[in-house]
Amino acid sequence: MKKILTSLALIGLVATGTAAIAAEEAHNAAAPTHFPINEPKEMSWSFTGPFGTYDKGQLQRGLKVYKEVCSACHSMNLVAFRTLSDLGYSEAQIKSLAASYTIHDGPNDAGDMFDRPGKPSDHFPAPFANEQAAAAANGGAAPPDMSLLAKARGVERGFPQFVIDIFTQYDAGGPDYIHSLLTGYDQTPPAGMVIPEGTHYNPYFMSGVSLKMPKPLSDGQVTYDDGSPQTVDQYARDVASFLAWAAEPHMEDRKKTGFRVLFFLLVFGALVYMTKRRVWADVAH
Amino acid sequence: MSEGHSTYTPKTGIERWFDARMPLPRLIYDSFVAYPVPRNLNYMWTFGGILSIMLVSQILTGIVLAMHYTSDTNLAFDSVEKIMRDVNSGWLLRYLHANGASFFFIAVYIHIFRGLFYGSYKAPRELLWILGCIIYLLMMATGFMGYVLPWGQMSFWGATVITGFFSAIPLVGNWIQQLLLGGFAVDDPTLNRFFALHYLLPFMIAGVVVLHIWALHVVGQSNPTGIEVKSKTDTVAFTPYATIKDAFGMIVFLFVFAYFVFYLPNYLGHADNYIVANPLKTPAHIVPEWYFLPFYAILRAITFNIGPINSKLGGVLCMFGAIAMLFLVPWLDTSKVRSAVYRPWYKLFFWLFVADAILLGWLGSQPAEGAYVFMAQMATLFYFAFFLIVMPVLGLIETPRRLPNSITEAVLEKNKGGSGHPAGATAAPQTKG
Repeated sequence: MKKILTSLALIGLVATGTAAIAAEEAHNAAAPTHFPINEPKEMSWSFTGPFGTYDKGQLQRGLKVYKEVCSACHSMNLVAFRTLSDLGYSEAQIKSLAASYTIHDGPNDAGDMFDRPGKPSDHFPAPFANEQAAAAANGGAAPPDMSLLAKARGVERGFPQFVIDIFTQYDAGGPDYIHSLLTGYDQTPPAGMVIPEGTHYNPYFMSGVSLKMPKPLSDGQVTYDDGSPQTVDQYARDVASFLAWAAEPHMEDRKKTGFRVLFFLLVFGALVYMTKRRVWADVAH
Repeated sequence: MSEGHSTYTPKTGIERWFDARMPLPRLIYDSFVAYPVPRNLNYMWTFGGILSIMLVSQILTGIVLAMHYTSDTNLAFDSVEKIMRDVNSGWLLRYLHANGASFFFIAVYIHIFRGLFYGSYKAPRELLWILGCIIYLLMMATGFMGYVLPWGQMSFWGATVITGFFSAIPLVGNWIQQLLLGGFAVDDPTLNRFFALHYLLPFMIAGVVVLHIWALHVVGQSNPTGIEVKSKTDTVAFTPYATIKDAFGMIVFLFVFAYFVFYLPNYLGHADNYIVANPLKTPAHIVPEWYFLPFYAILRAITFNIGPINSKLGGVLCMFGAIAMLFLVPWLDTSKVRSAVYRPWYKLFFWLFVADAILLGWLGSQPAEGAYVFMAQMATLFYFAFFLIVMPVLGLIETPRRLPNSITEAVLEKNKGGSGHPAGATAAPQTKG
């Protein structure tokens, strides 16, 4: 019976898989119907896995890339300057960083709006006054807010990968996607592919053949003072890590707590199991 | 089993004082200490206790989350992020609550499948089963409305799609839909009423759980052999036997739960829900939470009109029908034997049904196009055939295996029957599965 069931289940799985592959192949190179055209490249990150931690140096570099490049168009409304202490900055450094931004505040006692230097409790100011202004300045679509980007993007992993992901604790779908997208420009589209006017071909973009954002990074654009390579690939890794932190600032705390919780449950479970054996020892069941 | 008389004897003065005025200690003693349970229950029977702690956990985390949440379309998304970033241990509360919903459903699905496998719904447990189905329905409503609260893209579009089902109902459909939404589209009134109902329904669940446990304590637990308890030797006392076994089951379950909460907290969610709801931008694929996917697949499988019923109404009818099947199970199954252990054909079809439900779940997550539609139609056909054809017909034509005379006999047969004992080999299966 068990064997019959197993083989039936296997036949079912194979039939499903074949049908799925057949459905996937129903597109050609010039007019793809499924996006992204290329799966995101899986990178190695310091923050993945059960003991993952953010690399503070990398986050600082990522912040630099964000400040000097991304922030021209992308807001990061949910991130407060004070939280940058996670990146290893001192209180004084955060104060001066915040003060380098101008915050539109008010009304004051006289009822007027005014500009003042930023404080650690302020959030990163947005580059545009509102979403409409952001859309108008960027060809009709507002650049997405970056606070949660690393959790808001992820390419479907498909069967059986999504099952394997449970055991490998794959949680870098967002950073992998961001890195692949940022390094995925400058490629020649397949012959015959129509790239809409004002958009840029990128085979890693998850919603179409091309996107409005032009290639944002080029080699040497941001100066690093820690000797890290000043390449697009390095910039992309750094900013993707920074965005992973921005989206999940308590990740280290979470994984650390998790280890303790699981350890406790393991020991407690073992004790309860032994007690259970003892209690049931005299009862056939 | 309802023994008819209580074995509780108050030992201290305080206990005697209470017992004469409000016998709460007696109730607790009779229900959770002396209560006799079949001695052969396997770990599948620990899910009732697991579900109870999940309900308590959801209510406790939910109440604290509600202290920090704002049900206004302009503020809801940011208030959830404030919980994640600024509230002390807020990330833990929210991940416990969001993943807790998923694990609540994992536990309830195992609990339901256990009932289907061991025939736990048969007389005299029909009402117990139906109360369970009502809890499941309330859980679905609660889960659906809870998913709307963070006000992400999937919250908004999931709510739009699911409330849209109701507009398919003839005559009153649009009226029901507008009543649910508090307007013509998902908006601020929708979010506010969903929050209010999401807070209310868990307490209704708790109420029906009390009835469910009450009914259970009247008819007693079923067991892997499906044979009723006949004598005292068939049972053991709830405490310490069932309590310690339940405790171990709970810890194993919590281990898996914690693994997801701390290492894969967003695995069971959808990335699009970290994008704030935008009524002007439809996501590429709208998918509900994973625990609704089988029903979503059934809904979308109906792509054709049947006489006066168009495909939309047909899909909605099939989806609700799929849930309604569960309510009818006690009367659809015609077999006199409860447990699938003694029903070789039912056992085969049961596992095919489990595979079918998983297949439907996967299909529900895929776009409704090409080969997927045909596969979903076949899987839907089998889903209904299992209830409407297999269950009634099998009971009439299947020859069950020999049943032991009592639980004690089954247990003793199993234990004495080592390798090479044919009698032991046939009696062993009730502990498998």
